[in-house]
Amino acid sequence: MTNATAGRRPSTFSYILMTILGWTAALVMFFPIFWMVMSAFKREIDAIAVPPLFVFEPTLENFAAVQSRANYFGAAWNSIVISVGSTILGTLLALPAAYAMAFYPGRRTKDLLLWMLSTKMMPAVGVLVPMYLLFKNAGLLDTRTGLVLITTLANLPIIVWMLYSFFKEVPGEIIEASRMDGAKPFQQFAMVLMPLALPGIASTALLSIILAWNEAFWTINLTAANAGPLTAFIASFSSPEGLFWAKLSAASTLAVAPILVFGWMTQRQLVRGLTFGAVK
Amino acid sequence: MAKLQLQGIRKRYGAVEVVKGIDLTVNEREFVVFVGPSGCGKSTLLRMIAGLEEITGGTLLINGERVNETAPDKRGLAMVFQSYALYPHMSVGDNMAFALRLAGVPKEARDRKVQEAARILQLDSFLDRKPGQLSGGQRQRVAIGRAIVREPRAFLFDEPLSNLDASLRVQMRIEIARLHRTLGATTIYVTHDQVEAMTMADRIVVLNGGIVEQVGTPLELYHAPANLFVATFIGAPKMNILPATARSGKNGATLLDLEGSGPIEVPGDASLQDGQPVSVGVRPEHVSLAESGLIGGSVEIVEHLGDETLAYVMLAPGRMITVRVAPDADVEVGDRVSLAVRTEAMCLFGADGRALRVPNLRQPRPRQVALA
Amino acid sequence: MNAPLSPATAAAPASAATAPLRRKPLVRTGPLLAPAVTVLLLWMIVPLAMTLWFSVQRYNLLDPTITGFAGLDNYEFLLTDPALPTVVLNTIKLLGGVLLASVVVGTLLAVLLDQDFFGRGIARLLVIAPFFVMPTVGALVWKNLLMHPVNGFFAWLATSLGFRSIDWFTDLPMAAIVTIVSWQWIPFATLILLTALQSLDREQIEAARMDGARGFTLLHFIILPHLARPISVVVMIETIFLLAVFAEILITTGGGPGQATTTLTYLIYLRALLEWDVGGASAGAVLAIVLANVVAFFLVRTIARNIDR
Repeated sequence: MTNATAGRRPSTFSYILMTILGWTAALVMFFPIFWMVMSAFKREIDAIAVPPLFVFEPTLENFAAVQSRANYFGAAWNSIVISVGSTILGTLLALPAAYAMAFYPGRRTKDLLLWMLSTKMMPAVGVLVPMYLLFKNAGLLDTRTGLVLITTLANLPIIVWMLYSFFKEVPGEIIEASRMDGAKPFQQFAMVLMPLALPGIASTALLSIILAWNEAFWTINLTAANAGPLTAFIASFSSPEGLFWAKLSAASTLAVAPILVFGWMTQRQLVRGLTFGAVK
Repeated sequence: MAKLQLQGIRKRYGAVEVVKGIDLTVNEREFVVFVGPSGCGKSTLLRMIAGLEEITGGTLLINGERVNETAPDKRGLAMVFQSYALYPHMSVGDNMAFALRLAGVPKEARDRKVQEAARILQLDSFLDRKPGQLSGGQRQRVAIGRAIVREPRAFLFDEPLSNLDASLRVQMRIEIARLHRTLGATTIYVTHDQVEAMTMADRIVVLNGGIVEQVGTPLELYHAPANLFVATFIGAPKMNILPATARSGKNGATLLDLEGSGPIEVPGDASLQDGQPVSVGVRPEHVSLAESGLIGGSVEIVEHLGDETLAYVMLAPGRMITVRVAPDADVEVGDRVSLAVRTEAMCLFGADGRALRVPNLRQPRPRQVALA
Repeated sequence: MNAPLSPATAAAPASAATAPLRRKPLVRTGPLLAPAVTVLLLWMIVPLAMTLWFSVQRYNLLDPTITGFAGLDNYEFLLTDPALPTVVLNTIKLLGGVLLASVVVGTLLAVLLDQDFFGRGIARLLVIAPFFVMPTVGALVWKNLLMHPVNGFFAWLATSLGFRSIDWFTDLPMAAIVTIVSWQWIPFATLILLTALQSLDREQIEAARMDGARGFTLLHFIILPHLARPISVVVMIETIFLLAVFAEILITTGGGPGQATTTLTYLIYLRALLEWDVGGASAGAVLAIVLANVVAFFLVRTIARNIDR
């Protein structure tokens, strides 16, 4: 890791100071998540105890309760379908486009890419009404299919952009060498490009899954009981129902944990993907 | 092996023309080097021959057949890239066999050819390794091996040695030259390094700004450059260029007045006008220390290279001349010296930079014009 | 060794006979680009056109009998709505608050995380974690576990320090929402700025050091200017995403109390899906789109400059 601001040999004092500051910041930022996970293992009584309990008798009853509430698995399944489905669909649409733009750029390529990125900047609320009505008339309201479609559209620009930038990193000469060796475009793609771009494609897929999983606007407004994924499921906890914090925490922990791990794995690609390369 | 002919080859990117009409013939088994400064169009020209760039104008013929529209792999050429361009995810053996695999050559024949090429290049023990595990020189050889395996009609090299460090470069130069002798292959080699050009080429094509400045054997270019550009590009240290004015002297001889020194007599009839501005080109080895020479100055810098010594003499403010002296010559910084010039080895250039024909002086060979 | 034909051409007699004659680029990029481009084009044009159309229509799903061209009535209604200034102000408060927090705190955290300290890698993971938490979870955790006036953690913190506990969502609803949204976006800013910091040319720092710059001077003269561009990128990107903040408001305050936390986005949502006033909502939507486009223009320009690098 580089060390832009500190000296080459930080003095022991500054090292300790930084360690304290750094960990304070880290624990403060992480505290809500920490508290949530803790609460998931408390009995409901303990969860709302005042003063808050740091020491308590852990229990798994909340996770069991969450399981037994039929909706949870359904919602989780919906989340999985929507995230993975939109990622697959988006990647299928994006791969050829990114390939064409990266290796056979024309005069308009840059403009095209910028236009694609700009579609991501349109506020979702701006087309809420038409999409709602379109979905209604097409029978897509409250369907997984509908959500997969709209999530794909929302994430497509980012997927295209990320694949494009990963493809550009493959040295052009390697592709040219394969041309000289007689590889037709599809062979260049499958036998040379894909193996080299695979890590980049994987990160792109992960990022797409993360974004789709956390997408709240469409998944709340275009669904009801049937296709609502975890975002909507958790949202239904929002009206106070008395003793339910522990269960809420359990449900939230389950909903958040995998994405947290994915997010930690794809930190760097996230920067590239979400700033559209404007920050390196 | 192939004979290549370039007829009026041009390359345009939008409004900018980077290759402006090149005519050239590369004969069978010849080792031709394209040399020139960055941006002169040599790599572009090579890539057009390879088929990686489209030819905007003109015709490219291989063995008499027009190939402008032919796909790169169908032209019977193989290219060694500057960055080697090996497939990082394949082993050395697979890298070399890739083209054959794409062409559907059966495994036995593939393996045989790869083994053969590996033997020539001493890569036998590396066949299972991945490029990432090899050194620069080894990767270079794999790139060459990949080209050899295809048994092409001609080899194309795009600055293959520029990524290697100095000592490795010398070694690889020898290997490539030896390879050329063994395989007897038509080769086009692009470099910006004139030493590589001089040592490896049968003929050199000097390019500048998209046009051919001169084509000739290394020694032709060295002794009879067609213009100032070639004169100063070829040869290190660079040829000394001194501005002078022509004058008629006694007995019909032509004299050249150099700045701040005595006149030099031009051997032979130069047909120069009185007052005509002329550039005099003389190589450092043709200038020597003399008791009383026509030109002189003070020694600014002395470089001892071991086998020779270079003295940089200031003739006049802003006018420095390089002199190659014997390694044991007694020259020191600050000495005032007198210099003599071997006038038969002089090159004269007119105001337009082109060489002037002077009988008794070596002449530049006229450029070859390629027609079928 | 001296075969007249390369094995490639010898082994492919069929294609050698008719060597591919193509004057155009070797691959037609059209069909490759078409799927993605078509899809995005439809996505752009159709709903937008519909929104525009609806915005000039009298169209209310609660009462389908009212139809007809409304001209600019919806816009007039929107712009003269007494609630609009509040809504706009709320939007500005939200945007401004979160942007300020994420840039300031983000920069500090980025500089901090760039230092060498024990367990830096893990600390970094902890700091960026909030960004990956889905907004509905984040909102509910803050609303209940932390900000609940009786059982929440903050309440306990306040009372044990001798203060009264704050009823966040009644007394300081906007502040509460800004806090929640900032919590999620500070990590984003931190990550971006940290990446930018680490791309700072080491040699520039060393040269500044040789010139005698230390600590704060270094920060002020070398680091902050270098961060100016990434910060502007962060601001632009966050603005675009913050305009769309929805779940947090829905779950915590529902836009209230009154209209204390209704932003433009939320207002449109209310009009559309709660009041079913398609016409009115669409007029608001057009406004939101225009705003977003303004920011998008500058953002795209910045990206364009970087794309060739």
